Amino acid sequence: MELRLQLVAVVLTVGLLFIVLELVRRRRLLERYALLWLFSAVVLMGLAAWRGLLESVAALMGIYYAPSALFVIAFGFILVLLLHFSIAVSKLADQSKVLAQRLALLEERERVASGRPRADEEIELEPARVTSVGRDEVQARDSASLEMTKPQLERTARR
Amino acid sequence: MSGVYAQISLPAPAHPSYLAVVPAYNEAATVERVVRDIRASAPEFDVVVVDDGSTDTSGPAAEAAGARVLRHPFNLGIGGAVQSGFVFAFDNDYDYMVQVDGDGQHDPTQLAELVRAMHAEAGLDMVCGSRFLRKDMKYPSPLSRRTGIHIFAFLLSRIIGQRVTDPTSGFRLYNRRAIALFARDYPHDYPEVEAVLMLHFNRLRMREVPVRMFARGGGVSSISSGKSAYYMIKVLLAIFVGLARARPVVEPGDDAPVAAAHGI
Repeated sequence: MELRLQLVAVVLTVGLLFIVLELVRRRRLLERYALLWLFSAVVLMGLAAWRGLLESVAALMGIYYAPSALFVIAFGFILVLLLHFSIAVSKLADQSKVLAQRLALLEERERVASGRPRADEEIELEPARVTSVGRDEVQARDSASLEMTKPQLERTARR
Repeated sequence: MSGVYAQISLPAPAHPSYLAVVPAYNEAATVERVVRDIRASAPEFDVVVVDDGSTDTSGPAAEAAGARVLRHPFNLGIGGAVQSGFVFAFDNDYDYMVQVDGDGQHDPTQLAELVRAMHAEAGLDMVCGSRFLRKDMKYPSPLSRRTGIHIFAFLLSRIIGQRVTDPTSGFRLYNRRAIALFARDYPHDYPEVEAVLMLHFNRLRMREVPVRMFARGGGVSSISSGKSAYYMIKVLLAIFVGLARARPVVEPGDDAPVAAAHGI
């Protein structure tokens, strides 16, 4: 393999390794996702630096021009990395779906529990509040409205 | 197999509770009427509308009509919306849950038919309203879509060994066991066809009853013509992956599973 090409390959893979390590150090990249990158970078760097190894691997694969083997292996790593990320994205999509559903249920329960009247009940309650005079009367009505939501509360608490 | 079912199926509750789940994504034009129609023609049903991240007034409109409303913070798609309904039904101990689409294509006056069919036969876990079961009930839909539906119907019927005529219908009544199953796991998008497979593999039983459906009352179908090819491919993939994924759990007293019996 030509020396210039080898130099370029070594510089690129060392650069990749450095960037990945730096991202992990700055907590921009989780170790979980960095591992595969680190592994790829180290293997590629080894192959780029160690001429004999790359040539024997190339011979093993039936590739006459050794640097091509480097590309093939790099391509293989990229495929694995992409698949890895597709799996990670699928998992995240599934988790965010569950979170959104749980949030929707919790918010609805909270709305019911806080006794905030829903739009259709509000129409009946509002005029009564305005015309009420005594404080006791309002309190009685408030506890009555609490009674209304109590069965719903029990239902949600039962699970 | 029906003998086993008779043993493990739960007795019908004395005072069953019913929930109608209305998934709605930007259907402000129709969702209010759907909710009012359900409350008028099937008062035994509590109504919960799943507002799947609508950007219009679907949520407030449904609330004004007297429904409880679950609001998704962002759009999850029909599968995620209906599953929220399953989780709600499961958490609140409903015995039966029905899905009624927010676009007005399902007729709430037909709910009684589904309930009657559910109670008429012991051991049923899902009753599905079918547009194609009776020849005199014509459903106005483009030929391409009907062809797709019939292809799914043909495949599903072969796989589950039971005639299915309308596998894409979402107008379905589920019992507690089906609710529990789908609250845990429901397909993401275009879920109806896959759900039939899931029922089969989990050894739950379904039946179809003929219903009348309307053309959409407004809004835009989740399946636009441009997406129908994607829809076909996605559902076919789901069917074949589903075949490879799920095997029925064998319970004591069952026949030994024969792989060929599930093939096409």
